[in-house]
Amino acid sequence: MKVLVAVKRVVDYNVKIRVKADGTGVDTGNVKFTMNPFDETAVEEAVRLKEAGKATEIVVVSMGPQQAQDTIRTALAMGADRGILVGSDTELQPLAVAKLLKAIVAKEQPALIIVGKQAIDDDSNQTGQMLAALLGWPQGTFASKLAIDGERAEVTREIDGGLETIALALPAVVTVDLRLNEPRYASLPNIMKAKKKPIDALTPSDLGVDVTPRLITLKVEEPSRRKAGVKVANVAELVSKLKNEAKVI
Amino acid sequence: MSVLVIAEHDNAVLKTATLNTVSAARQLGGDIHVLVAGHNARPVADAAAKIDGVAKVLFADDAIYEHDLAEPLSLLITAVGKGYQAILSPATAGGKNVMPRVAALLDVAQVSDICAIVSPDTFVRPIYAGNALATVQSKDALKVITVRATSFEAAKAEGGQASVEAIAAGENPGRATFVGQQISKSERPELTAAQIIVSGGRGMGSLENFKLLETLADKLGGAVGATRAAVDAGFVPNDLQIGQTGKIVAPELYIAVAISGAIQHLAGMKDSKIIVAINKDEEAPIFQVADYGLVADLFQALPELATELSK
Repeated sequence: MKVLVAVKRVVDYNVKIRVKADGTGVDTGNVKFTMNPFDETAVEEAVRLKEAGKATEIVVVSMGPQQAQDTIRTALAMGADRGILVGSDTELQPLAVAKLLKAIVAKEQPALIIVGKQAIDDDSNQTGQMLAALLGWPQGTFASKLAIDGERAEVTREIDGGLETIALALPAVVTVDLRLNEPRYASLPNIMKAKKKPIDALTPSDLGVDVTPRLITLKVEEPSRRKAGVKVANVAELVSKLKNEAKVI
Repeated sequence: MSVLVIAEHDNAVLKTATLNTVSAARQLGGDIHVLVAGHNARPVADAAAKIDGVAKVLFADDAIYEHDLAEPLSLLITAVGKGYQAILSPATAGGKNVMPRVAALLDVAQVSDICAIVSPDTFVRPIYAGNALATVQSKDALKVITVRATSFEAAKAEGGQASVEAIAAGENPGRATFVGQQISKSERPELTAAQIIVSGGRGMGSLENFKLLETLADKLGGAVGATRAAVDAGFVPNDLQIGQTGKIVAPELYIAVAISGAIQHLAGMKDSKIIVAINKDEEAPIFQVADYGLVADLFQALPELATELSK
């Protein structure tokens, strides 16, 4: 079974981002970039499927500027077999990414696609679902457990009230939640080996996909800041303030 | 011109996030129709018909909709939603699951988790874990939108007199099937709708210690929440997680106990009206957003707080 994993290069989750003064976006110059944390979980899960003898090949795809190649290398160092980079300097929104992935699926014919449930920059939580819709495949979103048994995937999903388990007929799309696994660190020998693994370069026009953004960002601004309040000396003062000043209890 | 709202429910009870979504729909203008798709969900359709401002309820009652499977549900919403100006759903786990599928089937972009409406085609949504707000304009003729419930007032649950129109079920692709579920049972108020939330982090130390928070929550009539670290440590189930990847809450009072205040947690609670932080580390970032901060050991502070509240 071939597994396709999509990974995104995003601003590192520990970075306190700054909004540009002109309101056009977030300042990404001189900022640390890493693989989207949910996508690390997706790669790890694919590698575990291969180690368990369920997956035969792992193809990892990333889209965006040339630097996204580093993100693919990271996935290759974790254990993926080869990469595909769809280079684009246009902002790629989820619908465009889903269409590009669909075109890649037509070439690669994977039986399973694993993606993160959301990217921590745009926080959209759309791409996996959109891809499943375009392919007409079933989806298992927000997965915290994945079991493959022949032509069937059993997915335990995180839902608002607890957990839910569904069974999907393969081929299928699974989007992963953070609790699915603990991603491994790539070892130095594996990082060296990853440099020899192939990465194909494609463009949206190679794939025949129009990636023009459908949503136009008019402005980006900082949310109103909360002011730090006061420190209270003890519990009695806290309760008194909540009762008499804030009047919330 | 009219707007379709997708009702969130469990086949018996209409979830309050639907009421917030109806309020958002009212800001768009036009008639508001609510789609209730479920199984034996008549009480939900009747409840939806009473929501103030709703003109019509479309009711698809069929076993294929019992468990909110995205495949049949997205086909139904797509077929029904085509004639509308916008399709709105609350940005709950259910809405996030199905709506992007609807958007792709209609070949439109989705606007996720909107927190304000500027005009019928322009919306504000948080990005980067809520550290920036993007104002986006949709170029699509039909808008597919998920709504951050805490950013909109709830519409009145009573006062409406909408008609309920039964509609036929759509196709079920049948490639996904429901196997089972584990729903957390709790007597406490639902997290996303609670007025008071008492929340704990990794610093709680153990499942046992979380009982101290539960006692406090019960005294205040509130709900219990947690950080990702507390969930990963196995202190509480995942559905209590508050943050960028968990639930978004905005209660009147949020008491953060032994929570450092990581970016990802703040994303889920910083719109709370009053924030209280109890932490023994006076340098913890949570104190930068707390209205009232108490530097104290939780094992002393929580029992004292319980006693003080009993006075």
